[in-house]
Amino acid sequence: METIEYLEHTADVKFRARGRSLEEAFENAGLAMIGAMIDPATVRVEETWPVDIEAESLEGLLYDWLSEILYLFEVELAAFSKFQAEIEEVEGGWRLSGRVGGERVDAGRHLFETEVKAVTLHQFEIKKEAGEGGDEIWTAQVVLDV
Amino acid sequence: MLKKVDDYIFEVPMGHQKGMRVPGRIFISEKLLEQVEPGTIDQVANVATLPGIVRCSMAMPDAHLGYGFPIGGVAAFREDGGVISPGGVGFDINCGVRMLRTDLFAKDVVPMISNLVEDLFHDVPSGVGAKGRLRVSEHELDEAFTRGAAWAVEAGYGVPADLEHCEEDGRMEGAMPEQVSLKARKRGRPQLGTLGSGNHFLEIQRVDEIFDFGLAKRFGLFEGQITVMIHCGSRGAGHQICTDHLQVLSRAVRKYGIDLPDKQLACAPLGTPEADNYFGAMAAAANYAWANRQIISAWTREVFERFFPEARLDLVYDVAHNVAKVEEHSVDGAMERLVVHRKGATRAFGPGRREIPDAYRDLGQPVIIPGSMGTPSYVLCGGEGAMKLTFGSACHGAGRIMSRTQAKKTYGGTEVKDALSRRGIKVMATHPKMLAEEAPEVYKPSDEVVDVVHRLDIARKVARVVPLGVSKG
Repeated sequence: METIEYLEHTADVKFRARGRSLEEAFENAGLAMIGAMIDPATVRVEETWPVDIEAESLEGLLYDWLSEILYLFEVELAAFSKFQAEIEEVEGGWRLSGRVGGERVDAGRHLFETEVKAVTLHQFEIKKEAGEGGDEIWTAQVVLDV
Repeated sequence: MLKKVDDYIFEVPMGHQKGMRVPGRIFISEKLLEQVEPGTIDQVANVATLPGIVRCSMAMPDAHLGYGFPIGGVAAFREDGGVISPGGVGFDINCGVRMLRTDLFAKDVVPMISNLVEDLFHDVPSGVGAKGRLRVSEHELDEAFTRGAAWAVEAGYGVPADLEHCEEDGRMEGAMPEQVSLKARKRGRPQLGTLGSGNHFLEIQRVDEIFDFGLAKRFGLFEGQITVMIHCGSRGAGHQICTDHLQVLSRAVRKYGIDLPDKQLACAPLGTPEADNYFGAMAAAANYAWANRQIISAWTREVFERFFPEARLDLVYDVAHNVAKVEEHSVDGAMERLVVHRKGATRAFGPGRREIPDAYRDLGQPVIIPGSMGTPSYVLCGGEGAMKLTFGSACHGAGRIMSRTQAKKTYGGTEVKDALSRRGIKVMATHPKMLAEEAPEVYKPSDEVVDVVHRLDIARKVARVVPLGVSKG
């Protein structure tokens, strides 16, 4: 299972993030998005920020999760390399309780290759498939506006 | 398959995609069409399925793959039965370009170019997550959302003549700051007066060729003159506003039973609360962007004054290339109010339109087309062809042909910088890697794109300018 795969797109960034659970796919999608901007290996986990969201659909939940991470990046001026999500189905939709770990941006150590402006809904998809060993694999496909 | 309607006009027929209400039209040369990805044509067809679309779904000669609308996409919707879609505006609401002309000659500026670019790079914050020099209050932020460049001029950033030479006078009516979320405010507040990154830039240029001496004279342009171009948008405020309302409009699609081929085309019927609220928030972001470019202009003037105390920098014009507007256009012989979406497309009104500033109304609207880093930019003048063919719209730039990933594999940032330096172009950026993905070769040649709109009389060529120094994020 390739956990993060970046695909060709002329003007923007497109990726597929996979996981053996819904949570893992969400976590890898967060990593893929930040990875489009900065090498996560250069980001230490010194602080964590909570992310709590609810949405009517799983797609809406993924969209909000990624948008929230982008929002935190900009207002906290922090980069992240660790993502944790717990997801449950609730009445009327889905709930995610999670957190992201990282540190405040240090211009000396953190090199940004590109700036992600937003998460688009173009070809946006989250789906579950059967893996090779009969286990399940969740795949999130996302196009980012850069 | 595309059908050739005329030289430079190709039709995407009704059968290309299920549910098309009108055909698509791409205004392009055969040569440029070869570089258009099949996905871009599909996106033109997708837009044609939206309710209330008038005449056809259009793409300009710089069209390339986007999300929702293609980049270079134009579509108009009737007020009765039509829709508004953030997918037809983009996240960077009122991303746009302005050009300032100086009374300086290239020969006087070239020896100082390194110092000028260094000071511009220092004085106008740029780059990922850049914070501005300003610390605006919540009240001032509201003013920027409501009154755009008009507020910035009152606050001391510029002169009233700037507003008289700006699309919408730098202030779009109908802004609803109450539709701007707390998150958008938190992103927008520290970023007012920042350039951003990616393809945004601040460039010192030389007028290299005049095509139409009469129009150039009226625009105040002459060969060998120094001009300055500012390309940026509404920053995190606009991105967040679009993100917030895209969610609302996705729910509206289900509520109003609209069938969409691409979720990014989320929209709401005009006249519904969802549509009104999005329009009000979008107008607030557009105003923020005009305030942003106005503030950056003031700092640019300060830098020039340091080196040339007598220099004048006057605004030629300022255009938005990501926005939706209510405009009157001729439909089947009668004037009708339409909501025109331009995503990576510039308004290019022909002579006489009341929206054009007094100084240019008899000529047509100035159209500013930025090149990519290291390639020429153009000044054009809106023509009758635009009013007949494209709801008064032209291209917005050169158009990408190579992905960012591929660009970074092919070019090194330092190598790009050195190659430009050998051609006498001084470039400063926060990091060389940022330059690789914006290498001149990743874009279509801007002269071919501009030739198409010139030949269709969408906008006539007035002048070409070439870069001397560039500050980037």
